Amino acid sequence: MSSTLTEKEAAGSRLTEEQQMLKELCAQIAREKILPVRAEYDETGDFPWDVVKVMADSDIYGVYIPEEYGGFGGGVTEMCIATEELSKVCGGIALAFAASALGAYPILLFGNDEQKAKYLPPIAAGEKLAAFGLTEANAGSDAGAIETRAELQGDEYVLNGTKQWITNGGEAEIYTVIARTKKGTGIRGISAFIVEKGTPGFDFGKKENKMGIRGSATRELIFQDVHVPKENLLGREGMGFIVAMRTFDKSRPGVAAQALGIAEGAFDEAVKYARHREQFGQPVASFQGLQFMLADMATQIEAARALVYEAARMVDSGEKDIGKISAMAKVFASDVAMKVTTDAVQVMGGYGYMKEYPVEKMMRDAKITQIYEGTNQIQRSIIASSIIKESAAKEKRGK
Amino acid sequence: MKIVVLIKQVPDTTDVRIDPETNTLVREGVPSIVNPFDMYAIEEALKIREEAGDGTVTIMSMGPPQVETSLREAIALGADDAILLSDRAFAGSDTWSTSYTLAAGIRKLGVPDVILCGKQAIDGDTAQVGPGVAQFLDVPQVTCVKKLEIADGKARAERMLEDGHDVLTVSLPAVFTVVKELNEPRLPSLKGKMKAKKAEITVWGQDDLEVDPAELGLDGSPTRVIRIFAPEPRASGTVFEGEIDETVESLAKELVSILTGEA
Repeated sequence: MSSTLTEKEAAGSRLTEEQQMLKELCAQIAREKILPVRAEYDETGDFPWDVVKVMADSDIYGVYIPEEYGGFGGGVTEMCIATEELSKVCGGIALAFAASALGAYPILLFGNDEQKAKYLPPIAAGEKLAAFGLTEANAGSDAGAIETRAELQGDEYVLNGTKQWITNGGEAEIYTVIARTKKGTGIRGISAFIVEKGTPGFDFGKKENKMGIRGSATRELIFQDVHVPKENLLGREGMGFIVAMRTFDKSRPGVAAQALGIAEGAFDEAVKYARHREQFGQPVASFQGLQFMLADMATQIEAARALVYEAARMVDSGEKDIGKISAMAKVFASDVAMKVTTDAVQVMGGYGYMKEYPVEKMMRDAKITQIYEGTNQIQRSIIASSIIKESAAKEKRGK
Repeated sequence: MKIVVLIKQVPDTTDVRIDPETNTLVREGVPSIVNPFDMYAIEEALKIREEAGDGTVTIMSMGPPQVETSLREAIALGADDAILLSDRAFAGSDTWSTSYTLAAGIRKLGVPDVILCGKQAIDGDTAQVGPGVAQFLDVPQVTCVKKLEIADGKARAERMLEDGHDVLTVSLPAVFTVVKELNEPRLPSLKGKMKAKKAEITVWGQDDLEVDPAELGLDGSPTRVIRIFAPEPRASGTVFEGEIDETVESLAKELVSILTGEA
């Protein structure tokens, strides 16, 4: 599977030797273990435990987790490299990795030593998957409207409520869940908790029947008098919104990398097809109408790649204000993914529309990247409020 | 449990090109891989070590210095170490001198409990080196193994045949050449790849081994390759279709015309 960069160009890229190794390994997993099964998982909607096992044995689950917790010691860049490579072949199955990272980041960022020591090693080893639960029926982009309650009773919090559309829901063992600890206080009254599967009263709704990313499990999390030990509170009470936002700052480049991978996968299929498909006695790739489409697709992909890895680099550098660049990477790469996959179907015409070819699936998979972990409209709000603040601050300093 | 796996680096292609001047494989522009059958041997060695709970898996190969990349690949999969037998004197070896040299390498290492290799290499396709090593070491051999169980210093091996399989029990040490039905090779891990990058590959030349120079390389090889060529592709057959009576009739006519040489 080629990308839009040639081998020679890739060698000249800024990847370290370790990152190159990770990239090759993920490409090998995608090629040998995901490619043969992706259509089947898309059709059945089953959870790809066999691929999870392969990724776990290959140490992929630990790439962004510090070595002291059994990980590879990488950061968001490594998480993005893995997600991109896996998503080139299947954006749905890639989520069995990426969604676990989303569930792990709150612990990585806000967990105390005990919480990290208890929960990160099994996540790094891929023995246990993680998941993140924020969205509810009446609260998505508006996290202040969260209704799931957590009431402190002695040494325990008692959780009641329902989360919906939770990726890895039902399959994961470790959940980071946002719940309300103070009534009527909007985003200031919500907190983050670690909840383990199997805790009495913690149940799952039916598996959602989705348009795309069908090899990924999406379920409701149902809490009925779920007793969670007090030590499972992440950070302090009232920090739930901060936990969620800082997590998204780290995870959004991952969604962007997923979108990038999906776009690249579709692009590769489209170019290959255009070179081989003959009409009027010549390959359709020789027609300028198609050439310009392919050129635009490739250019958009390269621009997305540059932004995704620039965002990842900034996040890993420890820079504080990463909300804007993370949102930019997510919004841009996911819009590119939608555009490129739609065009890939167009380039392939009737064949592209058929399930025998992978691009219609890639087009369905791409759509979610514009929606989840904050819709692209919310991302634009984040970007806009950030640039307005920056401008105001500049003016104040008299520049 | 000490295990040695013999591997060969081969060109990654089924479209093998031959240099008509030298009668050797054209290697330029063709990436190299571990012989696919040897991957099953490596996997089996790792499984045996895992089941035994302890032991070592040593990978050995004979070839030019670039074979090191294949040895590192095996370490990335989980092998403990690797030895490369490499010397100008080994160049041009046929299966006899290759077996002889590998056997000498194994003897220097200390004959292990189990020696594994693929049933054949996808380039030469001779399937002779595994059995040859067993003969030079004077230990039992089982070829084309599709199932292997090791217990109490013995091995129970299922040898694949065209129409079934034999079950053989052999004492250890022994050589087993394996087929793809044996297992499913794992992928490397990141930690394995890191380890492989740093690993020291031991290189042994002629002076490191107890060998008779007359048995080495091209001069020690009793076989000579006179010419290698790609055979003409076989013409595809003719398919007769249609109603059974007409089909049989046209087939009969065709046969008669071929046999009598009449159009």
